[in-house]
Amino acid sequence: MTQFDAIVIGGGLVGSAIAYGLARENLKTALIDEGDVAFRASRGNFGLVWAQSKGLGAPHYQRWTRLSAEEWPRLAAELGARTGIDVGLEQPGGVQLCLGEEEFAERRVMMEQMRTEAGNFGFDYRMLERDELAAMLPGLGWAVTGGSWTPYDGHVNSLYLLHALHKGFVERGGTYIPNRTVDYAGVAPNDFRLGSGADELAAPKIVLAAGLGNAKLAALFGLSAPVRPQRGQILVTERTERVWPIPIGSLRQTLEGSIMIGASEEEVGFDTGQKPEVMQAIAHRAVQCFPFIAELQIVRAWAALRVMPPDGKPIYDESERFPGAFTANCHSGVTLAGAHANAFAPMVAAGALDPMLVPFSAKRFDVPQAA
Amino acid sequence: MFRRRPDAATPIVSVTVEGSEIRVPEGASAAGAVLLAGFPSIRDTPVNGTARGPYCMMGVCFDCLAEIDGVANRQSCMVAVKPGMVIRRQRGKRAAGIE
Repeated sequence: MTQFDAIVIGGGLVGSAIAYGLARENLKTALIDEGDVAFRASRGNFGLVWAQSKGLGAPHYQRWTRLSAEEWPRLAAELGARTGIDVGLEQPGGVQLCLGEEEFAERRVMMEQMRTEAGNFGFDYRMLERDELAAMLPGLGWAVTGGSWTPYDGHVNSLYLLHALHKGFVERGGTYIPNRTVDYAGVAPNDFRLGSGADELAAPKIVLAAGLGNAKLAALFGLSAPVRPQRGQILVTERTERVWPIPIGSLRQTLEGSIMIGASEEEVGFDTGQKPEVMQAIAHRAVQCFPFIAELQIVRAWAALRVMPPDGKPIYDESERFPGAFTANCHSGVTLAGAHANAFAPMVAAGALDPMLVPFSAKRFDVPQAA
Repeated sequence: MFRRRPDAATPIVSVTVEGSEIRVPEGASAAGAVLLAGFPSIRDTPVNGTARGPYCMMGVCFDCLAEIDGVANRQSCMVAVKPGMVIRRQRGKRAAGIE
């Protein structure tokens, strides 16, 4: 048996950001990663650090996302200095485009609601008319009516991020255990034993960050994580010279020059297949926004599964029955990496979640049905 | 290294590779023309500017990207030569094509 201070189950962006944060808090931490049989949302995501549309009607989520966006520059700089990996963070703000007056009007209402709900915390945004947008974004198509801008948004190379978190975790003394599943779990308050092959790992703290795998794992620890898969498809063009100074929601140009085009929201279960009709719809909207994209070759395309809670907002909990067991579930592993490494992990290390995370409990789904 | 088989008696077409006129068998690929012309490379990579040339010759490696008849980033091993075809070096990223 190997004794640790904490075990994190799940080596994707959520798990490795938390494990990295725990190792930085000087906890002797094990990170268990299932392997390539897992659905691996962290290898298929879009790479946005995106705050402007997160938390409508849920100020706690807006605040958590903004906290993460604020932590991002620090996390990127620290990872760069400690691992030598530049994750390519650019955070110049971002724009969401609207096609047609109706979308633009709806967006304005939504952004104003975000501002109202932010209260004293503040929420800077601007609605940009077409002319102003066209001056900012070369190649803008005539179908675009306008857009919303906030200063918090950015983008990153999410594969470098995953690599840097893993490298930084190991460099800080963490133990990375790949190709392992949890065969059995011995669960008691502040005493967790995981069997995996011939090994047994033990720790007083455990964090479930296994993405879609959390749905089954959580019950073993007296927790609930009702996440479902939601498919997104992405197209990637050949590399071009830099076009846009900022990411544009479902469009962004990587530092290397590829234009990434996202992303569908499909309820198809555990199916990572691609659908030509969906790819066509994604491409069509991109070309409406920027006609020059039609001339570019698509060089890669893939589908991946988001880890989606029933209301789209993250779930964080500590088990009441088995204190020391935590869950973290979200579909925004890139955006929330700053919060997971720099806020969530210190809470776990300190032994309790901050009250700011109370509204994220899965208890919110346990509402009795009205008669 | 790239001698033609002696029984090949296909018609010859003329193309230019980086300004040099090259005579190649009809049906050859543009990448074949690059190799026959003796160029060690035909593109500079977009990120590091490393020189690269035709490698896999079957549409997989993307190292033979070239500007062909004014179109950037074409996989030259997948394009058959045509009389008068102009093959030019792909220098890094292409332009986005915004007017």
